[in-house]
Amino acid sequence: MTTSIESQVLQPYKYGFVTDIESDNVPAGLNEDIIRLISARKGEPAFMLEWRLKAFRHWVTMTEPTWANVKYPPIDYQAIVYYAAPRQAKSLDSLEQVDPKLIETFEKLGIPLSEQKRLSGVAVDAVFDSVSVATTFKETLAQQGIIFCPFSEAVREHPALIEQYLGTVVPTNDNFFAALNSAVFTDGSFAYIPKGVRCPLELSTYFRINAAASGQFERTLIIADEGSYVSYLEGCSAPMRDANQLHAAVVELIALDDAQIKYSTVQNWYPGDEEGRGGIYNFVTKRGKCAGRNSKISWTQVETGSAITWKYPGCLLVGDHSIGEFYSVAVTNNRQQADTGTKMIHIGKNTRSTIVSKGISAGRGQNTYRGQVKILKGATGARNYSQCDSMLIGDQCGAHTFPYIDVRNSTAIMEHEASTSKIGEDQIFYCRQRGLSAEDATSMIVNGFCKEVFRELPMEFAVEAQRLLGISLEGSVG
Amino acid sequence: MSPVKTPMLEITNLHASVDGKAILRGIDLVVNAGEVHAIMGPNGSGKSTLAQVLAGHPAYAVTAGSIRYEGKDLLELDPEERAREGVFLAFQYPVAIRGITNAYFLRSALNAVRKHRGQPELDPLEFLDLLAEKLKAIDSDDSLTNRPVNDGFSGGEKKRNEILQMAVLEPKLAILDETDSGLDIDALRTVAGAVDKLRRPDNATVVVTHYQRILNYITPDVVHVLSAGRIVLSGGKELALELEARGYDWVRAEAAV
Repeated sequence: MTTSIESQVLQPYKYGFVTDIESDNVPAGLNEDIIRLISARKGEPAFMLEWRLKAFRHWVTMTEPTWANVKYPPIDYQAIVYYAAPRQAKSLDSLEQVDPKLIETFEKLGIPLSEQKRLSGVAVDAVFDSVSVATTFKETLAQQGIIFCPFSEAVREHPALIEQYLGTVVPTNDNFFAALNSAVFTDGSFAYIPKGVRCPLELSTYFRINAAASGQFERTLIIADEGSYVSYLEGCSAPMRDANQLHAAVVELIALDDAQIKYSTVQNWYPGDEEGRGGIYNFVTKRGKCAGRNSKISWTQVETGSAITWKYPGCLLVGDHSIGEFYSVAVTNNRQQADTGTKMIHIGKNTRSTIVSKGISAGRGQNTYRGQVKILKGATGARNYSQCDSMLIGDQCGAHTFPYIDVRNSTAIMEHEASTSKIGEDQIFYCRQRGLSAEDATSMIVNGFCKEVFRELPMEFAVEAQRLLGISLEGSVG
Repeated sequence: MSPVKTPMLEITNLHASVDGKAILRGIDLVVNAGEVHAIMGPNGSGKSTLAQVLAGHPAYAVTAGSIRYEGKDLLELDPEERAREGVFLAFQYPVAIRGITNAYFLRSALNAVRKHRGQPELDPLEFLDLLAEKLKAIDSDDSLTNRPVNDGFSGGEKKRNEILQMAVLEPKLAILDETDSGLDIDALRTVAGAVDKLRRPDNATVVVTHYQRILNYITPDVVHVLSAGRIVLSGGKELALELEARGYDWVRAEAAV
């Protein structure tokens, strides 16, 4: 009964295939010429190029952060290809013009793009390497004034919105990886929900890295105007390769008065093999600004993939009575490392934040929760509730917790709860004695542990997340 | 009494150890369908070890002897296979599972068993009907069904929950490991009464206990006394009363002769 453990751990990553498609790359390396080249390829207005160059000039003065509880060899930023696009017709007017290989790729990933098979209730922007290849339901959404399109299209079609909001939540000099992203980002999604509109569909972006030696640097910007609501989902995967690949994305969310943004991620980048070879470095900056009164931003993330995860989706609670939420499940198995958590910065009065973090470590995985809650002087009546639970499977993994709390207003109410548990032989045995297999027992115990987070996910994603969790942990208990 | 009984459980010369320490030192026991056997004995005599070995707990190593269950070699089966074949252990210390409701847990378990038997799995609605029926059968309310498995349960609730699981899974061989421990008189009556209601001619029950009082509600056919890993004395239900009155020392003294 224990002999199957190894064979199950060795089970191949399901999404590890490579699409054989001709790719239009820029040469490896990073300098101002490369940035000019990327900007020219995308047909960007002058302000965009200037913005990129400013970010780049700042980036070269910065050093890579080393404070995270992760270990990896130095990254050679001159060896990375910063732009890789599947070669196809210049402008795509309809899906028929998209290379069938790309359609097929996304279909294999469970993201049908064609009219007949589209996921009902979900509008998808499909990003392949550095470019968006298709966006579904665009017209349906446009009828309500909702803009949902590839980022590069937004730069061309809606430059005023981009100029007004880009970099207002995550400035170009925010951190090393955000600065890098600002200099070289290639595509991503843009969404604008007009005043008072409740977005009728789930908006979703699916990111796929395909080309070898390339990095993916996408940028997402979502603006929810007064009184609007949007739920946004993000998914991702990558082929299995022996070399590590860098993914450094930036996501900015802006919620104006009474607006609400719900942002969910199921992150399933290639995690590397059981010895820790290959896998994606997922170094991502995600931040939301609750700019308006009574605005609300919720982050829900399920992080099962990547060799290394470094991300702290946070909220700037600027508007009075605004609410920030962070619900996270992070799984590390084999040699995966995750240093993830959130930042809740209370600026406005009577602002509230909730943090629920579930870390699961198996194999030799290292899982770190790092969270900052900051109550600024003017944030009278702020409240925070943090709950931070770790689960260990086996005896070679690690769980770490680094909560930072900084309170500068005496009216604040802070609660912090933390727990660490171990899936015990007795728990598994109890389930097996009732007829469940060891695998089913593990999956049930882990799902129960994550329940508070899963119930925040949209329906389609909750099912996917539970399944993913099952795959990630397969074989970790015998 | 039927003329020919099918032995449901046949334990022969069973030796078992935990962490290299021998606990069971030659158990012989035959349990037939329809029977209730009580296993009594002082602390450390090996009662709970016997229960765990029957269920297949991986921490216990069988070093000699055999266990046949319905003619099959029980020791060859994984714990979940034993469970699916109808072996049920009511735990002395039931384990909590956060975030999973009792109803979901029970349905998953029942469906694993049903699948093994070649029966169709039950959907949530069908299961709720079955659960209602079982709750009625053991005179229980539904206050436990939507709470997470054993999470924050009182001692009495945990034991009641074990019996509810037993009622739903309909085992052929139920082993109750000190189900009476930690129960007050009223809870004992409820729990033991429920077990008694589940007795059928085609199932068997092994009651592991320190005390005679649970046997007031579940009348045993045979009472065994375990001492230092061996059955040293067997008798009818009156033996339990005698043990209650005289303690275990005299049995140990006689066994030592």
